[in-house]
Parts: sequence; C-alpha cells; structure tokens
Amino acid sequence: MENKPVDYNLIKGWGIDADPKNDPTYPMKHRTNEEQKGYTWDRPTQQPINIEVLHSNERPNVTAVFGTSTPPSGLSGMIRRYAFQYSENSYGHWLPLLLADRVNVVEGIVDDFINGKVPNILAEKGYKAEWKHNRTGLLQKAAIVGAISTVAFLLLRKKN
Amino acid sequence: MNYRGPKRVRIDHKPMPEIMHPQDAIVRVTRSCICGSDLHLYNGNVPDTRVGMTFGHEFTGVVEEIGSEVQKLKVGDHVLVPFNIACGKCAFCKQELYGNCHESNSQATAVGGIFGYSHTAGGYDGGQAEYVRVPYADVGPTVIPEGMDPDDAVMLTDVVPTGYQAAEMGGIQKGDTVVVFGAGPVGIMAAKCAWLFGAGRVIVFDQLEYRLEFVKNYAQCEAYNFREIDDVVVFVKKTTDWMGADVCIDAVGAEAAGNAMQTITGRKTLLQAGSATALHWAINAVKKGGIVSIVGIYGPTDNLVPIGNLVNKGITIRANQASVKRLLPRLIEHVQSGVLNPKALITHRIPLEEVSDGYRIFSAKLDNCIKPVLIPPSARI
Ligand SMILES: NC(=O)c1ccc[n+]([C@@H]2O[C@H](COP(=O)([O-])OP(=O)(O)OC[C@H]3O[C@@H](n4cnc5c(N)ncnc54)[C@H](O)[C@@H]3O)[C@@H](O)[C@H]2O)c1
Ligand SMILES: [Zn+2]
Ligand SMILES: [Zn+2]
Repeated sequence: MENKPVDYNLIKGWGIDADPKNDPTYPMKHRTNEEQKGYTWDRPTQQPINIEVLHSNERPNVTAVFGTSTPPSGLSGMIRRYAFQYSENSYGHWLPLLLADRVNVVEGIVDDFINGKVPNILAEKGYKAEWKHNRTGLLQKAAIVGAISTVAFLLLRKKN
Repeated sequence: MNYRGPKRVRIDHKPMPEIMHPQDAIVRVTRSCICGSDLHLYNGNVPDTRVGMTFGHEFTGVVEEIGSEVQKLKVGDHVLVPFNIACGKCAFCKQELYGNCHESNSQATAVGGIFGYSHTAGGYDGGQAEYVRVPYADVGPTVIPEGMDPDDAVMLTDVVPTGYQAAEMGGIQKGDTVVVFGAGPVGIMAAKCAWLFGAGRVIVFDQLEYRLEFVKNYAQCEAYNFREIDDVVVFVKKTTDWMGADVCIDAVGAEAAGNAMQTITGRKTLLQAGSATALHWAINAVKKGGIVSIVGIYGPTDNLVPIGNLVNKGITIRANQASVKRLLPRLIEHVQSGVLNPKALITHRIPLEEVSDGYRIFSAKLDNCIKPVLIPPSARI
C-alpha cells in the first residue's frame, strides 16, 4: 500500500478549535513544538567514540556525550550486543539485558579472583550494619536458613 | 563505590575520571546521597546494570578541571549537580524538559542521561566516589549560593525538586485533598510541597512507623500505616465523603510492598517491571476526573495497573523524571527563605568507605534511616 503525504490545509475545518492553552503538560513543558521539525537542532560537539557504545535502535546515532563506565565485555557483552538488535519496545531487548546482568555478576567474581582478590561478599552486602542494627532479625534469618538446610540434609540422607 | 551484583557494593580504587568532551568538568565530590532510586539498581532490577559501575546521582562537589568549551563554571566553584544530564540544546531541553534530554543517553530513548544509573540511563559513573566526570558542565551544575549549607544543597539535586514536581504535576487546586503514597524522602518532600500549591488536606501512607511519625511532624500532615488498614482505597473514599482524593501521588515506585501478588511478580520474579502496588492504589483512590502524579520509578517493560479504571474514571496521569534545572531557581529561594528545610531529612552521615553498610541501612530501613549522605575523606577535614 502506498501512502502519500497529506496536505492538511485542504481539510475542511482543520485547526478551527485548536487551543494552545489546553496543554496537560503545562507547566512541566514550555511548548515550542520544535520536535515537530524532527532531529534538526544544532547538536553539541560529539564526544570522540573510542570505546564501544551500544545505542538504541530507536535513534540514529550515539548521543553527543555518553558514559564510559563499563563497556560491554566477555559473554555478558555478547549478550548485550545481541539485545541491542531489538528496540526498547521489545522483550528481545530487556530480557537478554537482565540475563547479561546476571552473567556479569559471575564474570565479576572470576575477575576478582584473577586479580588476586577474594570478594568478601558478606561485607559487600553490608552485614556489619545488619549485625549492629538488626541483630535479632539476622539471627532469625540464619536460624531459618540453618533449619531448612538441616531438614533438606536429613531428607536427602534418608533417600540415599 | 563499585557495584558487584545484586545487594553487593564495595569501595575500590578506580582511575581518576578524565575530560572526555570539551563541555566536561571533573568535580571533587563533597556530599553524595543514596536515593530510593539507587535501590532499584542495588536490587538488580534495572536492565543493563553492569558490574564495575559506580552509582550516585545526588552530589555536590568542587570543580577541579574544566574542558575547553566550558565558560560559566570555574575551577574552585562549589556546585550542586542536578541528577539529569542535559545538553540544553535539543528540542526537549529547550522546552525545559531537562529530564528528557535527547543528547545524553545513547542506550535508551525513553530516558535521559542520569549520573550513576546503569547503561539504560547512559552508562555514566556517578558521584558516590571521590571524583566524577560531569558532562555539559555549563548546563546543569549550579554554584551553591553563599551561605547555603552543603547538606541543603545536596538535597536540591534530586529530592526537593522531585517532591516539588510531584506536587506541581498534581495540578493541585486550593482546598484539594492530596494523598501521597510513600513517606521516603521523596514522599515527605511531596507532602510538604503540596501545601505550597494550596492543598486543603494532605494524607500520607507508608508502612514504617518512624517515617510516618517524621512526616506527620515535618510536613504537618495526616499519616497512616497501610498495614493497619484493611483496604487503603476504601479508607480514602470514606475519609473524602466517598468521592476519592482530588490528587494522588505515587512516591514509591518499583519496590512497593502491600500486595503479595504485585510483590511476587514485580520484585521476586521480575515478571513485571517492579511492583506497582502504590500506583494501583493511586488510580483506584483518586476521584473521577482526578489527577495521578507519578514520580515513583518503574522498569522499562510493563506493569500491572488498572488501565480500565483510568479510562472509566477519566483520570489524568502526569509523570516524569524531575526537571531539576527548571525548578532550581524557585527552590533555592524556598530554602533560603526557610519555607523548605531539606537537610532535616538527613539522618545518617556515613564515610564513603562504609558504602556497603550505608546501602544496607537505607535499603533495609535500619536504624530509623530516612536519608543517608556519604562523605568522602577529603570533605571530612
Ligand atoms: N521521578 C524522579 O525524578 C525521581 C527522583 C528521585 C526518586 N524517585 C523515585 O521515588 C521513589 C521514592 O524514593 P525515596 O528516595 O523516597 O525511596 P524510599 O525507598 O526511601 O521510600 C519509599 C517508601 O515507600 C514506602 N512504601 C512501600 N510500599 C508502599 C505502598 N504500597 N504504599 C505506600 N508506601 C509504600 C516504603 O516503606 C518507603 O518508606 C523511588 O521509586 C525513586 O526511584 C523518582
Ligand atoms: Zn535520587
Ligand atoms: Zn538536551
């Protein structure tokens, strides 16, 4: 099906009830309607793209500035590259990204070991604060985990 | 600060940030808060949160170095830095939608760039650090006015504008009943600001007694524990003579409690983009033709909310990331005149080195925590 652009000036009654003041975005937006012209503004200088920056396929380019925190790498990076083939409108984008995040955690632990660092996971999780401010809660949790493990252990042993 | 995985953060040494763009500045951080928004990252709920990233979008600091195109900011200026990264030139910035800039986030078009907020918000390392790279240094960063306490200044980077905008988006008319869900820093500030727009009644819901006690005093409002109420929506209907609230504000977002089905699908299994309990309540508790203002943050996929009721009741939804820069001039006035006293929300001052404990305290709501601020070593002397 072919679609031709429509000249709305030829439409009877076009715009006769337009009311610019009826704007639910006011006062959050000082309406200029510039976006109706498209991606036409005078862009800021482009930050040199010398690392891998994934960009949404809902835009044509990398933004004028971008973060350089942690470029994609390893297996999680491969999953992220795959995810970026899909738009923000698609589960094909977000679900692989969540998966990549989980894979990345394992990569992080491996990296730590490679760099001769044993991650102190309890400290990273702030258990010192939990011990100080919520000792009973923490002990309760430990007791529950302990009880469940014991029962599981006994059940497994019985099976064997 | 270095993110290692869900609920795991620690301090590590990272290379000094460098100027990467002529409009960049490097800022030495003096204050940096942990925010309810950081909890979505901390819990591992925001897609594309990469291991090794530094969080932190609420910070103040001293300018150490500037790029060649920076004109307004000078080395040595003590600035507060809005959480949104905004170019000031795109069609959205020009309409003062600084939270929706089109030149600061490559990874997603649905959100502008935010400091320290995953690659879905641009991949910038944030301010829970000693030094941070600040792009578009002439647009967002604002010199802290003479005499202003840095604790007040850091609250102007997010909490105050977000609470204020939550009330502003409510389109509050004089005498309106405003219901705020959430008595975290954002909800507390929204309740306080609702009065500035002429609310006739302000009612806050939360489940944490200490926060309800705080908001009742700080914002001079009514405060109720939803755990002690059978059905929040019926409660609101009854107390408004069966009409519903004129305005409902969602200041909770994706970590909401209070509904087992929402919690399991939204927080435990991530089948939806966070638990939408507060938003669900807001839509059902507002009057016909009422306004629901959302500042609570949700993930990028879908949430379970009663859209049918929205249509049938003719509700208007207004929502956004706060446009910090747009609101700053007015809010600085409010702080200077004493109308707003944001630093009163700060309950914990934590050395940056103890960031793991800081996150734990704020996320598990230990030690009656409302707002924690991290202080780097160089700002403690
Ligand atoms: N739009 C923006 O620009 C913007 C800026 C900052 C923060 N936020 C968002 O605002 C929200 C609140 O931030 P915060 O720093 O105050 O977080 P917080 O975690 O300190 O506060 C959230 C509060 O909500 C309460 N709560 C949980 N479930 C509830 C329910 N069903 N009904 C009522 N209260 C409930 C919690 O007990 C807690 O006190 C977060 O989602 C955050 O991401 C948005
Ligand atoms: Zn914040
Ligand atoms: Zn912009």
